[in-house]
Amino acid sequence: MKIIYSFLSILLLILLLLPNFVSDYILGIFVLIFFYAYMGQSWNVLTGYAGPISLGHSLYLGIGAYISTKLAMSLGVTPWIGMWVGGIGAALVGLAIGFLGFRFGLKGVYFVLLTIAFGEIGRLTVLHLKPLGHMMGLFVDFKPGLGNFHFRGNLPYYYIALGFVVFSLIVVRALEVSKWGRYFVALREDEDAAESLGVNVFKYKMIAIGISSFMTALGGTFYANYIFYLHPTSVMSMWVSIEIIMRPIIGGIGTLFGPLIGSLLLTPLSEIARSYFTKAGLEGIHIVIYGLLLIAAVLFFPGGIFAYIKKILKPILGESKEI
Amino acid sequence: MPLLELKGVNKSFGGLKAVSQVSFDLNGGEILGIIGPNGAGKTTLFNVITGFLKTDSGEVWFNGENIVGLKPHQVCQKGMVRTFQLVKPFVELTVLENVAVAALNRAKTIKEAREKAIRTIDLVGLKEKTNTLSSGLTLGHRKRLELARTLATEPKLLLLDEVMAGLTPTEVDELIRLLKEVNHRGVTILLIEHVMRGLMALSKRVVVLNYGQKIAEGVPGEVVKDRQVIEAYLGEEFAGAQG
Repeated sequence: MKIIYSFLSILLLILLLLPNFVSDYILGIFVLIFFYAYMGQSWNVLTGYAGPISLGHSLYLGIGAYISTKLAMSLGVTPWIGMWVGGIGAALVGLAIGFLGFRFGLKGVYFVLLTIAFGEIGRLTVLHLKPLGHMMGLFVDFKPGLGNFHFRGNLPYYYIALGFVVFSLIVVRALEVSKWGRYFVALREDEDAAESLGVNVFKYKMIAIGISSFMTALGGTFYANYIFYLHPTSVMSMWVSIEIIMRPIIGGIGTLFGPLIGSLLLTPLSEIARSYFTKAGLEGIHIVIYGLLLIAAVLFFPGGIFAYIKKILKPILGESKEI
Repeated sequence: MPLLELKGVNKSFGGLKAVSQVSFDLNGGEILGIIGPNGAGKTTLFNVITGFLKTDSGEVWFNGENIVGLKPHQVCQKGMVRTFQLVKPFVELTVLENVAVAALNRAKTIKEAREKAIRTIDLVGLKEKTNTLSSGLTLGHRKRLELARTLATEPKLLLLDEVMAGLTPTEVDELIRLLKEVNHRGVTILLIEHVMRGLMALSKRVVVLNYGQKIAEGVPGEVVKDRQVIEAYLGEEFAGAQG
């Protein structure tokens, strides 16, 4: 573990100094890398560690984004506070969905359908609510300043997003070595066995969805104050949920660094492909590339890239000493 | 006071009476066997006792408390834990991680759970497999892992669902020794077993189920001579020829 920690410290130092050496455009790509790594990690807590598959995390992103933004625009509450309110709001919704799903023992695809259904309900609700901008979307008034979470240029966002990633890594690492985290993994592996060994399966699934939806909503606030425009289609559609889960799937579901590694690979690729092909008049091709990459990842790195890296590094790092 | 007491337990699935009016006692320190042909309701009975299924009527008393309606994890916390006929290891975890999860049932810290897990793994003879992923274990080892996990929860009563099925004779012998040792340490055992050698070696008393009903109870050597029991296993004609 010591080697890993020193490696991570060096990596963090490099990332902290990086803005001195790269352009604002590159910083923007890094903001997205961090953002999706963070969102992927939030999803990872529920699906990667505890097991229930969610395809509706756009709902929590949307709740976080809309609550904090409305609070800021109507009541002048700074997003720095609003984000926590949004987090609590999303966690309550997440717990309600979890209660419905877990109390009645929905598993596998049936739980997936439940999450999709609630995601769509969320999107359609926002689409028809005038105060939330309905069809037109919600434009966030740009008022630069730290208190307003609005900045010119990518630099502040870069550091905030990096902070989000570090925060998520610490949270998930703390979970991994805690009783909660051990129980999450046990119930992911086999619910009946876990239950028979004294694990309150319902309770721990609820904890997992609560943490996951809360964290996702915090990211939603970041997104709103980075993009300055909220529209149900761009914030709450299923495509957003898929974007969120793609990175951890490619990087490694249920692993600490999977979402970050997946995002480091996928986000720049998607951004570069998008701008390149759009310039060449071939809009949409980047999605094809996305699909191909996903297929390749599943074929060549089942279990994710992180598992593969771990296997390669095993002789250097030795057996992991954690339980 | 018996450690486990069943009073007229019933469980039906639609029109099928899987368990019907079953009553028996199990005293602390005892090893009681449950036998019966396939489909006799043995595993259903286990599911009812441990809370995976709720009884339709009847009572299950454990350690002086009616535990009907408790969830399996609560039953486990009370000190009763079961194994599964089809073993259910956490396949992506190592043997140590598997057992440590179970040890967290009583352990206060991860460190304590880990230490207890190591001791339990040692007890069941899986020491050299401690850091192996459980997906890479043979069936014999998986059954030991299943046992180690249950033991790590520190049960008063252990319910074993065919732990010896599919094992080699040598493995059966080792398991008998191990279970005797576990029992010797004060764990009461209720076991469903088809491997007669194992059953005979362990239990002083057996309960025989057929079509969900208790048809006999007593010393293994005598029960197997019981007319009804022979009928249940081998058919009426055979019992007639014998008797």
